[in-house]
Amino acid sequence: MRTCIDGNEAAARVAHRLSEVVAIYPITPASPMGEHADAWSSEGRANLWGTVPEVIALQSEAGAAAALHGAAQCGALATSFTASQGLLLMLPNMFKIAGELTPLVLHVAARAIATHALSIFGDHSDVMAARTTGFAMLCASSVQEAHDFALVAHAATLRSRIPFLHFFDGFRTSHEIACVDLLEDADLAALVDEDAIRAHRARRLTPDAPTLRGTAQNPDVFFQAREACQPYHDAVPGIVEDLFARLAARCGRRYGLVDYVGAPDAERVIVLMGSGAGAAEEAALKLVAEGERVGLVKLRLFRPFPGAALAAAIPASARAVAVLDRTKEPGAAGEPLYEETVAALYEAQLAGGRPLPRVSGGRYGLASKEFTPAMVKGVFDELAREAPRRRFSVGIVDDVSHTSLPWDPGFQAEAPGVCALFFGLGSDGTVGAAKSTVQIIGEETPLHAQGYFVYDSKKSGAITVSHVRFGPAPIRSSYQIAEADIVACHRFALLERIDVLERAAPGARFLLNSPWPASEVFDHLPREVQEQVLDKRLELFVVDADRVAREVGMGGRINTVMQPCFFALAGVLPAEQALAAIRASIEKAYAKRGPAVVKRNLAAVDRSLEALEAVKLPARATSELRRPPPVPPGAPDFVTRVTAQILAGRGDRLPVSALPADGVFPTGTARYEKRAIAHEIPLWDPALCIDCGKCAMACPHAAIRMKVYPPAAAEAAPEDFLSKPFRSRDLPDHLLTIQVAPDDCTGCGVCVDVCPARSKEEAKRKALNMAPAVDHRERERGCFDFFLGLPELEPGQLDPSQVKYAQAREPLFEFSGACAGCGETPYLKLLSQLFGDRLLVANATGCSSIYGGNLPTTPWAANAAGRGPAWANSLFEDNAEFGFGMRLALERQTAEARRLLAELTPEVGEPLARAILEDTASDDAALATQRERVAELARQLGTLGDPRARRLLGIAGDLVRKTVWIVGGDGWAYDIGSAGLDHVLASGRNVNVLVLDTQVYSNTGGQASKATPRGAVAKFAAGGKSTPRKDIGLIASAYGNVYVAQVALGANDAQTLKAFLEADAWPGPSLVIAYSTCIAHGIDMARSMSHQRDAVRSGFWPLWRYHPAADPHQHPFQLDSRAPSLPVREFAALEARFAMLMRSEPEAAERLLALAQADADERWRYYSQLAGLERSVTDLRAAEPLPGPTAREE
Amino acid sequence: MPDLRSRYLGLSLRTPLVASSSPLTGDLDSLRRLEDAGIAAVVLPSLFEEEITHASLAVHGALEAGAGTFAEALDYHPERADYAAGPDRYLELVAAAKRALGVPVIASLNGDTPGGWLDHARWIEEAGADALELNLYQVAADPAHPSALLEARDLELVAAVRAGIRIPLAVKLSPYFTGLAHFALRLTEAGADGLVLFNRFYQPDLDLETLEVAPHLVLSSSEELRLPLRWIGILRGRVKASLAATSGVHSAEDVLKVLLAGADAAMQASALLQRGPGLIIELEAALARWLEAREYESVEQLKGSVSQRSAEDPEAFERANYRKTLRSWSSPTPR
Repeated sequence: MRTCIDGNEAAARVAHRLSEVVAIYPITPASPMGEHADAWSSEGRANLWGTVPEVIALQSEAGAAAALHGAAQCGALATSFTASQGLLLMLPNMFKIAGELTPLVLHVAARAIATHALSIFGDHSDVMAARTTGFAMLCASSVQEAHDFALVAHAATLRSRIPFLHFFDGFRTSHEIACVDLLEDADLAALVDEDAIRAHRARRLTPDAPTLRGTAQNPDVFFQAREACQPYHDAVPGIVEDLFARLAARCGRRYGLVDYVGAPDAERVIVLMGSGAGAAEEAALKLVAEGERVGLVKLRLFRPFPGAALAAAIPASARAVAVLDRTKEPGAAGEPLYEETVAALYEAQLAGGRPLPRVSGGRYGLASKEFTPAMVKGVFDELAREAPRRRFSVGIVDDVSHTSLPWDPGFQAEAPGVCALFFGLGSDGTVGAAKSTVQIIGEETPLHAQGYFVYDSKKSGAITVSHVRFGPAPIRSSYQIAEADIVACHRFALLERIDVLERAAPGARFLLNSPWPASEVFDHLPREVQEQVLDKRLELFVVDADRVAREVGMGGRINTVMQPCFFALAGVLPAEQALAAIRASIEKAYAKRGPAVVKRNLAAVDRSLEALEAVKLPARATSELRRPPPVPPGAPDFVTRVTAQILAGRGDRLPVSALPADGVFPTGTARYEKRAIAHEIPLWDPALCIDCGKCAMACPHAAIRMKVYPPAAAEAAPEDFLSKPFRSRDLPDHLLTIQVAPDDCTGCGVCVDVCPARSKEEAKRKALNMAPAVDHRERERGCFDFFLGLPELEPGQLDPSQVKYAQAREPLFEFSGACAGCGETPYLKLLSQLFGDRLLVANATGCSSIYGGNLPTTPWAANAAGRGPAWANSLFEDNAEFGFGMRLALERQTAEARRLLAELTPEVGEPLARAILEDTASDDAALATQRERVAELARQLGTLGDPRARRLLGIAGDLVRKTVWIVGGDGWAYDIGSAGLDHVLASGRNVNVLVLDTQVYSNTGGQASKATPRGAVAKFAAGGKSTPRKDIGLIASAYGNVYVAQVALGANDAQTLKAFLEADAWPGPSLVIAYSTCIAHGIDMARSMSHQRDAVRSGFWPLWRYHPAADPHQHPFQLDSRAPSLPVREFAALEARFAMLMRSEPEAAERLLALAQADADERWRYYSQLAGLERSVTDLRAAEPLPGPTAREE
Repeated sequence: MPDLRSRYLGLSLRTPLVASSSPLTGDLDSLRRLEDAGIAAVVLPSLFEEEITHASLAVHGALEAGAGTFAEALDYHPERADYAAGPDRYLELVAAAKRALGVPVIASLNGDTPGGWLDHARWIEEAGADALELNLYQVAADPAHPSALLEARDLELVAAVRAGIRIPLAVKLSPYFTGLAHFALRLTEAGADGLVLFNRFYQPDLDLETLEVAPHLVLSSSEELRLPLRWIGILRGRVKASLAATSGVHSAEDVLKVLLAGADAAMQASALLQRGPGLIIELEAALARWLEAREYESVEQLKGSVSQRSAEDPEAFERANYRKTLRSWSSPTPR
């Protein structure tokens, strides 16, 4: 049976059927494999033998590997899915698993390993790091192969006893949708050897026949014992070959350990593995057809390396061979595949006297860098040279080490067919429609079809580009579309943001979702678009898809309006057949979501074509409107030179020299990315405003700003600029302005939701009200520019202990790409407002590291003095320790600076030295004073010739108090980083930890963590989580000297503020657990803060603080919320994560919610008792800010 | 022992005591308990087409929010085989109730669209319901819609549903009709086999803290019985349809009163929620005792014996308060 699925599903469909224990952990791009397996098991889908596999999430990949190890040792058929850092965490166990000849399979969506930067995209750096583990490594280069090789891997591991790492390229294969001939159960049964399973079971650990594994061996026998496994490894290639042959016999698809395509007498040959083989094969075949003597070797099995087979596959006529590696191994003689190939050829020469070709090693495609037939030709061209480069890169311009090969982008080798590009914005359904289109064409017609999807790094206002190919021949093109026959732009606004038509082929059809009818649309196109349409002689069609979608009640989901229009233009199916197929796909996709959804989508289809219009084009471009530059004029050099290129979609063209060698980037660049994605923006009504600052506090994007300033500062204000007298006894005679950043606001509406000030005459009118952006953006732009120029408060002018005072401070976290309404970012913004100019942030990988540090821009910013948060992300699992290291360095440097200053006191003068050394800097004013002293010190040090002065000068800045905040999500704090976090909290050192607790792994799509509450449906807990949330705060408070606070900004912003200030002030470790509403909760994010309020009201998330103290009569545990007044059920009913289960499995939901209520009741009862307990810190020394040298020297 | 049976919607009920739509009738366990206590028929909770549409769109919205935009999270919720966002769960309840109970199972439907009413009515019939109660109410808030138009729509709808299904059809009405008696007549002409008087609704309330509107439902009390009592008394014998009283039927006295006024069924919801299925045992026993003490042979004999047509003072049904006041201040008029 032929179907269209992606590589992850292709592999998972086999793995689930051939496994009993599936231990998983989410990691991009492998997560969907685990999600499929979990969903299938939770709906009771059985494996080949009739039992439902146990799919279980662990706390990390290390845990998953260990669980697999144990399961396989006890005779289970075990598997997992992972990638990148996850695979690295499995490595120690993989050596053990292989060393003990334990059969199991890891399916890996191969992905870059984080080095100078994290990348979620595909290359082989992860799997190459696993090449010494002893696992067999089988590489699939297409979606079909991911399906077939999954079977071969499972069958081969059982026969050989060697564990298998089956891998395919992350995203390019894992996320590509392609036509796949599915393997039936009978195919699986035919290849999997039941005797091998019995033998595996017979070897299991059992007290019925006790054995012992995991011995420790001495020098006398370890070596020999290590060699004893060799015959098992030696047997693997033969077993894989046999299984390939049996697969071919059943299904007709032939694979070898090594496959060769091209001229039998090739002179130039490329060796590679993975998805790049698609592009390479197209190029090679085209060149062969043109008479060139070239060929391609596709390697399938990398471990054990089939050297003889590889050498034999390279024609003896080959004069030059290029081995392409999708990884970089700095310092090595060459990359791994190159080295293996050289060795294989050398040994073949020794063995049989075959001539040794000249072998070059090249790198390509790191982190999903495009790898096209043109680049392949560039490599063949290089091989044609008399002396090809021994080492090279291809696909980039390397103007630093000059390794890169030139290539001619004009060379194309795609098979005949149709290419279509779809541009979408946000969750408008564009990607879904493109996937459905691929499925319709691939499953309803004899044509082959392929879909590949390019996503944004932003989580709000994200641009998606869907690449769809279809044609009569199998599609091997493993790269993006360069020239499209059809371009569909699903959002008119995109025309002003990106070059949608750059890749439109001459004469292509251009389908545009336009609010303007055919007769008017041309005049509304930007000049560049008009020119492209005319120059390329495009055929322009418009449809007002938003109107149709609105009329049928589908809101902003325009997919089922655009899809029929695409089919009408593509002509791939007769009109009626296309419509019938679309209708059928809607029924199939949406039936389980209820008849209303099906009905409305069908109505959209029915009305789509009547809204489609062809546009009669004028002869000339006339528009005055031009696409704005990617960053405003006057942006800093790096932003203009590098950031702007990335923003404009030209990042691929940046040469090596343009990029930092060490991954260090400037902060404060988000402000130059003016996305203007809001349809509505909030407008301020000063007459109603009560100066509370709640809007600014809750704004996830720092797009609602508050400033308090002297009236004189606003004398030159624009006419429309609004202000009101600031109501404060602490700062009389000042003005207040609440100002929207109109191009940075996402229109989420959270500020309006939290605004407590209502009109006395009309309750719905608040001090902030949403209004159409198009009517107000221009005016607000001018006002915001003026607002930015208003002076900030002087240090110490307003003590930030009140929300409105804290919000009058400048945010140094602004305009992130987080989801509209994000519940995490307000906390980070607050952190930046309170401590930004002395803040170091260690950020665990996750949502916050993506919206905080994913190129092109960063929201972390600096103030006018150039100070601001310094931010770094190490890994996911190590963040507490990483931040701890920052603290240790800071303390050492501060101590060293103090020691040096004490020594240099005579030189710099005692009053200054003393003032600096005795400073306690507890507030802003004191900090400012200390900064001035240190600046004076630096001036003096500069004049001293003493080498100690030069040393002190380098670290004198650390004499001003700094603060380290360790930030991460619940996946980090509760699961993967739990042990490290515990260790750091136990250290007693002055670190602050902020857990942005969304109760799921948000960044990877909502998998359950130990923070997930009972009864919530999440990925990996598809049937509703059966266990309660781990009370991480209570665990931490058990130490006694850890400051702990559980907060929810939407429920009590003053308590949140208080907790932040107390945590920072506490000289020992602090842990703030911040309830963060998330899109994964299935809520209306405009009401994000209201949900937080209800979470607290129901006792689901009580607010509390644990403030350690030395006084034995203190009550350190303080309950900050009132006794629950709302049933948990009522809170839960408003969130899809719970409500979904209430509808679909009411009995299970009933049981779980009753338990959740009992959890809440019991928690409240327990907390209430804790609040009455006395407890003191016995040893305050552990919490001293600077233990050691300073104290000693004094 | 008097014969307690009553005919309602052409169904033979062992007593006139029927459980009206409430959370109690939405659960198989409590349905069984009701039957064990002697309930004569049950009306399942209403299937609200609007609610189903809302749930369906809400599920769709939640699943699609953020979907297909970010490479690491192509969606945020697990794929489930079924989100139960359609009417299937309700239809399963109908079928399960039918399997579990011996007494008639009456489904209840509140539609939202003309097509929706009919589709859902058919599905309910297919699921095995013994009868269908149409829950007609909507708030006529649009000043552009005159009452005649709204009534005509309702009548059209009843006729369409009547034509689409074979099982008996009751219509549950609100009391807010200017010409209720006439409208009741028209409903029976359109095909209603019975009228259920009256529906109770969520009414808005205002939260003085937040200045927000917060609708909620308050349980009924015996005092509310007077309204259905009046209209059952008036309609008895005037329309060719079964009559059921609901709203305020809490005690045996209440049951007797509505039967005397002309009801074929006395429905309870609030009272059952407050006192549990055991109430039915008490009501039935008290009903039997009352009939026995007054030597009634059957409920049928009792039904409508004090309706407007049969009452000694028919005008009292129309002008009760005014009349009572007059009488209290004047001497009895000789007849």
